[in-house]
Amino acid sequence: MLLLTCPYCGVMAEETEFHGGGEAHLTRHSDGSSDDAFTAYLFERKNPKGIVLERWRHVYGCGKWFHAARCAVTLEIFGTYSAQTFEPPAEIIAKIKAKRPEWEAKS
Amino acid sequence: MSDLMSFSEIDGSGAVLVAAQRRVMMVTLKAELSKATRAAIKKALGTPVPAARKIANGIAWMAPDELLIMVPQGDTPEAMIARLTAELKAPMLAVDVSDARAVFTLKGNKAREVLAKGAPVDLAPEAFTLGDFRRTRLGQVAVAFWLEADDEITLVCFASLKQFMFEWLVNAAQKGSMPEFL
Ligand SMILES: [Zn+2]
Repeated sequence: MLLLTCPYCGVMAEETEFHGGGEAHLTRHSDGSSDDAFTAYLFERKNPKGIVLERWRHVYGCGKWFHAARCAVTLEIFGTYSAQTFEPPAEIIAKIKAKRPEWEAKS
Repeated sequence: MSDLMSFSEIDGSGAVLVAAQRRVMMVTLKAELSKATRAAIKKALGTPVPAARKIANGIAWMAPDELLIMVPQGDTPEAMIARLTAELKAPMLAVDVSDARAVFTLKGNKAREVLAKGAPVDLAPEAFTLGDFRRTRLGQVAVAFWLEADDEITLVCFASLKQFMFEWLVNAAQKGSMPEFL
Protein backbone atom coordinates (compact mmCIF):
# COMPACT_ATOMS: atom_id res chain seq x y z
CA MET A 1 0.00 0.00 0.00
CA LEU A 2 1.38 3.36 -1.05
CA LEU A 3 0.21 6.68 0.36
CA LEU A 4 0.82 9.33 -2.30
CA THR A 5 0.29 13.08 -2.06
CA CYS A 6 -0.85 14.68 -5.28
CA PRO A 7 1.28 17.82 -5.72
CA TYR A 8 -1.52 19.50 -7.69
CA CYS A 9 -4.56 19.23 -5.41
CA GLY A 10 -2.70 18.39 -2.19
CA VAL A 11 -4.76 15.28 -1.44
CA MET A 12 -2.97 12.44 0.31
CA ALA A 13 -4.59 9.16 -0.64
CA GLU A 14 -3.79 5.51 -0.99
CA GLU A 15 -2.69 4.14 -4.31
CA THR A 16 -6.10 2.97 -5.59
CA GLU A 17 -7.12 6.61 -6.06
CA PHE A 18 -4.18 6.93 -8.47
CA HIS A 19 -2.94 5.13 -11.56
CA GLY A 20 0.68 4.27 -12.16
CA GLY A 21 2.21 5.50 -15.42
CA GLY A 22 5.56 3.73 -15.38
CA GLU A 23 9.12 4.98 -15.48
CA ALA A 24 9.52 8.76 -15.47
CA HIS A 25 11.83 11.13 -17.32
CA LEU A 26 12.06 9.10 -20.51
CA THR A 27 13.36 10.77 -23.63
CA ARG A 28 10.68 10.30 -26.25
CA HIS A 29 12.75 9.35 -29.28
CA SER A 30 10.69 9.61 -32.44
CA ASP A 31 11.20 11.25 -35.86
CA GLY A 32 14.85 11.34 -36.85
CA SER A 33 16.14 9.11 -34.07
CA SER A 34 17.95 5.85 -34.65
CA ASP A 35 16.11 2.54 -34.57
CA ASP A 36 18.07 1.57 -31.46
CA ALA A 37 17.09 4.74 -29.60
CA PHE A 38 13.45 4.32 -30.63
CA THR A 39 13.41 0.67 -29.54
CA ALA A 40 14.98 1.61 -26.22
CA TYR A 41 12.39 4.34 -25.66
CA LEU A 42 9.52 2.01 -26.49
CA PHE A 43 10.56 -1.16 -24.72
CA GLU A 44 13.55 -0.84 -22.43
CA ARG A 45 12.91 0.15 -18.84
CA LYS A 46 15.44 0.22 -16.02
CA ASN A 47 13.25 -1.49 -13.42
CA PRO A 48 15.88 -1.15 -10.69
CA LYS A 49 15.69 -2.92 -7.36
CA GLY A 50 15.68 0.22 -5.25
CA ILE A 51 14.95 3.85 -6.04
CA VAL A 52 12.47 4.41 -8.84
CA LEU A 53 11.19 7.65 -10.36
CA GLU A 54 7.70 7.12 -11.68
CA ARG A 55 4.78 8.87 -13.34
CA TRP A 56 1.43 8.69 -11.56
CA ARG A 57 -1.96 10.11 -12.38
CA HIS A 58 -4.51 11.28 -9.80
CA VAL A 59 -7.13 9.49 -11.84
CA TYR A 60 -10.02 9.49 -9.35
CA GLY A 61 -9.15 12.97 -8.07
CA CYS A 62 -8.03 16.10 -9.88
CA GLY A 63 -6.95 14.11 -12.94
CA LYS A 64 -3.40 15.49 -13.09
CA TRP A 65 -0.22 13.59 -13.92
CA PHE A 66 2.69 13.99 -11.51
CA HIS A 67 5.96 12.31 -10.52
CA ALA A 68 6.81 10.20 -7.50
CA ALA A 69 10.18 9.07 -6.11
CA ARG A 70 10.02 5.88 -4.09
CA CYS A 71 11.88 2.71 -3.21
CA ALA A 72 10.58 -0.35 -5.02
CA VAL A 73 11.86 -2.61 -2.23
CA THR A 74 10.76 -0.86 0.97
CA LEU A 75 7.90 1.12 -0.69
CA GLU A 76 9.16 4.23 1.09
CA ILE A 77 8.04 7.37 -0.70
CA PHE A 78 10.61 10.14 -0.86
CA GLY A 79 8.25 12.66 -2.37
CA THR A 80 5.99 13.60 -5.26
CA TYR A 81 6.67 16.47 -7.61
CA SER A 82 5.46 18.40 -10.65
CA ALA A 83 5.05 16.72 -14.02
CA GLN A 84 6.56 19.79 -15.71
CA THR A 85 10.17 18.85 -15.06
CA PHE A 86 12.91 16.61 -16.49
CA GLU A 87 14.38 15.63 -13.11
CA PRO A 88 13.41 15.47 -9.44
CA PRO A 89 13.68 18.68 -7.40
CA ALA A 90 16.84 19.12 -5.32
CA GLU A 91 15.10 18.50 -1.98
CA ILE A 92 13.85 15.08 -3.11
CA ILE A 93 17.29 14.14 -4.48
CA ALA A 94 18.76 15.18 -1.11
CA LYS A 95 16.21 13.10 0.79
CA ILE A 96 17.03 10.02 -1.30
CA LYS A 97 20.81 10.59 -1.01
CA ALA A 98 20.53 10.88 2.77
CA LYS A 99 19.28 7.31 2.90
CA ARG A 100 20.92 5.84 -0.22
CA PRO A 101 24.26 7.66 -0.67
CA GLU A 102 25.17 5.37 -3.58
CA TRP A 103 22.12 6.39 -5.65
CA GLU A 104 22.57 8.72 -8.63
CA ALA A 105 19.75 10.82 -10.10
CA LYS A 106 20.94 10.07 -13.64
CA SER A 107 22.17 6.54 -14.26
CA MET B 1 -32.71 18.48 2.45
CA SER B 2 -34.81 19.75 -0.44
CA ASP B 3 -38.45 18.70 -0.75
CA LEU B 4 -39.41 15.19 -1.84
CA MET B 5 -40.35 16.32 -5.35
CA SER B 6 -36.71 17.01 -6.13
CA PHE B 7 -35.90 13.28 -5.98
CA SER B 8 -36.43 10.75 -8.75
CA GLU B 9 -35.82 7.72 -6.55
CA ILE B 10 -35.73 7.23 -2.78
CA ASP B 11 -34.85 4.23 -0.66
CA GLY B 12 -35.53 4.50 3.05
CA SER B 13 -35.17 0.83 3.91
CA GLY B 14 -31.58 1.09 5.14
CA ALA B 15 -29.76 2.68 8.04
CA VAL B 16 -29.27 5.75 5.84
CA LEU B 17 -31.79 7.27 3.46
CA VAL B 18 -30.54 7.12 -0.13
CA ALA B 19 -32.11 9.45 -2.68
CA ALA B 20 -31.34 10.21 -6.32
CA GLN B 21 -31.94 13.84 -7.17
CA ARG B 22 -33.72 14.92 -10.30
CA ARG B 23 -31.66 16.83 -12.87
CA VAL B 24 -29.39 19.26 -11.04
CA MET B 25 -28.18 22.19 -13.12
CA MET B 26 -24.41 22.62 -13.04
CA VAL B 27 -21.64 24.12 -15.10
CA THR B 28 -18.03 22.99 -15.39
CA LEU B 29 -15.48 25.75 -15.77
CA LYS B 30 -11.99 24.98 -17.02
CA ALA B 31 -9.49 27.82 -16.68
CA GLU B 32 -6.16 28.54 -15.04
CA LEU B 33 -7.36 29.89 -11.67
CA SER B 34 -5.02 32.89 -11.56
CA LYS B 35 -5.71 35.92 -9.37
CA ALA B 36 -7.22 37.83 -12.30
CA THR B 37 -9.37 34.85 -13.29
CA ARG B 38 -10.60 34.40 -9.72
CA ALA B 39 -11.61 38.06 -9.63
CA ALA B 40 -13.42 37.70 -12.97
CA ILE B 41 -15.26 34.59 -11.74
CA LYS B 42 -16.32 36.45 -8.59
CA LYS B 43 -17.65 39.26 -10.77
CA ALA B 44 -19.55 36.83 -13.00
CA LEU B 45 -21.02 34.71 -10.20
CA GLY B 46 -21.21 37.11 -7.28
CA THR B 47 -19.36 34.71 -5.00
CA PRO B 48 -15.64 34.09 -4.51
CA VAL B 49 -13.81 30.99 -5.74
CA PRO B 50 -13.37 28.55 -2.83
CA ALA B 51 -9.97 27.42 -1.58
CA ALA B 52 -8.45 24.17 -2.85
CA ARG B 53 -10.55 21.05 -2.07
CA LYS B 54 -13.40 23.16 -0.70
CA ILE B 55 -16.98 23.90 -1.67
CA ALA B 56 -18.72 27.17 -0.83
CA ASN B 57 -21.85 28.89 -2.14
CA GLY B 58 -22.40 26.12 -4.67
CA ILE B 59 -18.93 26.40 -6.18
CA ALA B 60 -16.74 23.32 -5.84
CA TRP B 61 -12.96 23.24 -6.38
CA MET B 62 -12.38 20.26 -8.68
CA ALA B 63 -8.74 20.75 -9.70
CA PRO B 64 -6.20 23.57 -9.95
CA ASP B 65 -7.84 24.51 -13.26
CA GLU B 66 -11.42 23.33 -12.80
CA LEU B 67 -14.54 24.38 -10.89
CA LEU B 68 -17.96 22.75 -10.67
CA ILE B 69 -20.63 25.41 -10.27
CA MET B 70 -24.17 24.58 -9.17
CA VAL B 71 -26.65 26.83 -10.95
CA PRO B 72 -28.85 28.53 -8.35
CA GLN B 73 -32.63 28.75 -8.67
CA GLY B 74 -33.66 31.58 -10.96
CA ASP B 75 -30.46 31.30 -13.00
CA THR B 76 -29.76 29.10 -16.03
CA PRO B 77 -26.59 27.34 -17.25
CA GLU B 78 -26.77 29.32 -20.49
CA ALA B 79 -26.91 32.67 -18.69
CA MET B 80 -24.14 31.64 -16.31
CA ILE B 81 -21.89 30.49 -19.17
CA ALA B 82 -22.55 33.78 -20.97
CA ARG B 83 -21.56 35.80 -17.88
CA LEU B 84 -18.40 33.73 -17.34
CA THR B 85 -17.43 33.99 -21.01
CA ALA B 86 -17.92 37.75 -20.93
CA GLU B 87 -15.86 38.29 -17.77
CA LEU B 88 -12.95 35.88 -18.22
CA LYS B 89 -10.14 37.19 -20.37
CA ALA B 90 -7.81 34.17 -20.14
CA PRO B 91 -8.42 30.99 -22.17
CA MET B 92 -11.39 29.21 -20.61
CA LEU B 93 -14.15 26.71 -21.26
CA ALA B 94 -17.54 26.69 -19.56
CA VAL B 95 -19.89 23.82 -20.31
CA ASP B 96 -23.38 22.84 -19.16
CA VAL B 97 -22.82 19.40 -17.60
CA SER B 98 -26.29 19.02 -16.03
CA ASP B 99 -27.10 15.98 -18.18
CA ALA B 100 -23.66 14.44 -17.61
CA ARG B 101 -24.02 14.10 -13.86
CA ALA B 102 -26.10 12.20 -11.32
CA VAL B 103 -26.55 13.64 -7.83
CA PHE B 104 -27.42 11.70 -4.68
CA THR B 105 -28.40 12.61 -1.16
CA LEU B 106 -27.43 10.43 1.83
CA LYS B 107 -29.36 11.37 4.94
CA GLY B 108 -28.82 9.94 8.41
CA ASN B 109 -26.18 9.96 11.10
CA LYS B 110 -24.50 6.90 9.52
CA ALA B 111 -24.02 8.60 6.13
CA ARG B 112 -20.25 8.80 6.68
CA GLU B 113 -20.12 5.07 7.36
CA VAL B 114 -21.80 4.27 4.04
CA LEU B 115 -19.17 6.22 2.10
CA ALA B 116 -16.34 4.87 4.22
CA LYS B 117 -17.20 1.39 2.94
CA GLY B 118 -16.09 2.27 -0.57
CA ALA B 119 -13.98 5.42 -0.54
CA PRO B 120 -10.27 5.50 0.45
CA VAL B 121 -10.87 8.66 2.44
CA ASP B 122 -10.64 9.49 6.15
CA LEU B 123 -14.27 10.29 6.87
CA ALA B 124 -13.94 10.74 10.63
CA PRO B 125 -15.90 13.81 11.79
CA GLU B 126 -12.69 15.65 12.69
CA ALA B 127 -10.99 14.79 9.37
CA PHE B 128 -13.81 15.48 6.91
CA THR B 129 -15.78 18.59 7.82
CA LEU B 130 -18.42 20.96 6.49
CA GLY B 131 -17.00 22.82 3.48
CA ASP B 132 -14.64 20.00 2.46
CA PHE B 133 -15.07 18.74 -1.10
CA ARG B 134 -13.51 15.42 -2.05
CA ARG B 135 -13.06 13.80 -5.44
CA THR B 136 -12.27 10.13 -5.09
CA ARG B 137 -13.72 6.73 -5.92
CA LEU B 138 -16.65 4.92 -4.33
CA GLY B 139 -16.24 1.27 -5.13
CA GLN B 140 -15.02 1.58 -8.72
CA VAL B 141 -16.98 4.74 -9.50
CA ALA B 142 -15.37 8.17 -9.78
CA VAL B 143 -17.34 10.44 -7.44
CA ALA B 144 -17.19 13.71 -5.57
CA PHE B 145 -18.95 14.38 -2.28
CA TRP B 146 -19.39 16.95 0.46
CA LEU B 147 -21.39 17.50 3.63
CA GLU B 148 -24.60 19.52 3.57
CA ALA B 149 -24.96 19.04 7.30
CA ASP B 150 -23.53 16.73 9.96
CA ASP B 151 -25.97 13.99 8.90
CA GLU B 152 -26.35 14.74 5.19
CA ILE B 153 -23.96 14.11 2.30
CA THR B 154 -24.35 15.06 -1.36
CA LEU B 155 -22.58 12.84 -3.89
CA VAL B 156 -22.01 13.40 -7.60
CA CYS B 157 -21.02 10.87 -10.25
CA PHE B 158 -21.36 10.44 -14.01
CA ALA B 159 -24.97 10.09 -15.17
CA SER B 160 -24.21 6.87 -17.04
CA LEU B 161 -23.59 5.21 -13.67
CA LYS B 162 -26.66 6.62 -11.91
CA GLN B 163 -28.57 3.36 -11.48
CA PHE B 164 -25.48 1.38 -10.51
CA MET B 165 -24.46 4.04 -7.98
CA PHE B 166 -27.97 4.16 -6.50
CA GLU B 167 -28.02 0.38 -6.03
CA TRP B 168 -24.46 0.43 -4.63
CA LEU B 169 -25.49 3.05 -2.06
CA VAL B 170 -28.71 1.24 -1.09
CA ASN B 171 -26.73 -1.97 -0.66
CA ALA B 172 -24.06 -0.25 1.42
CA ALA B 173 -26.73 1.44 3.56
CA GLN B 174 -28.46 -1.80 4.63
CA LYS B 175 -29.55 -1.95 8.22
CA GLY B 176 -27.19 -3.85 10.51
CA SER B 177 -24.26 -3.46 8.10
CA MET B 178 -22.67 -0.31 9.55
CA PRO B 179 -19.06 -0.85 10.64
CA GLU B 180 -19.53 1.74 13.41
CA PHE B 181 -15.93 2.85 13.08
CA LEU B 182 -16.67 6.56 12.78
ZN1 LIG C 1 -4.74 15.60 -7.40
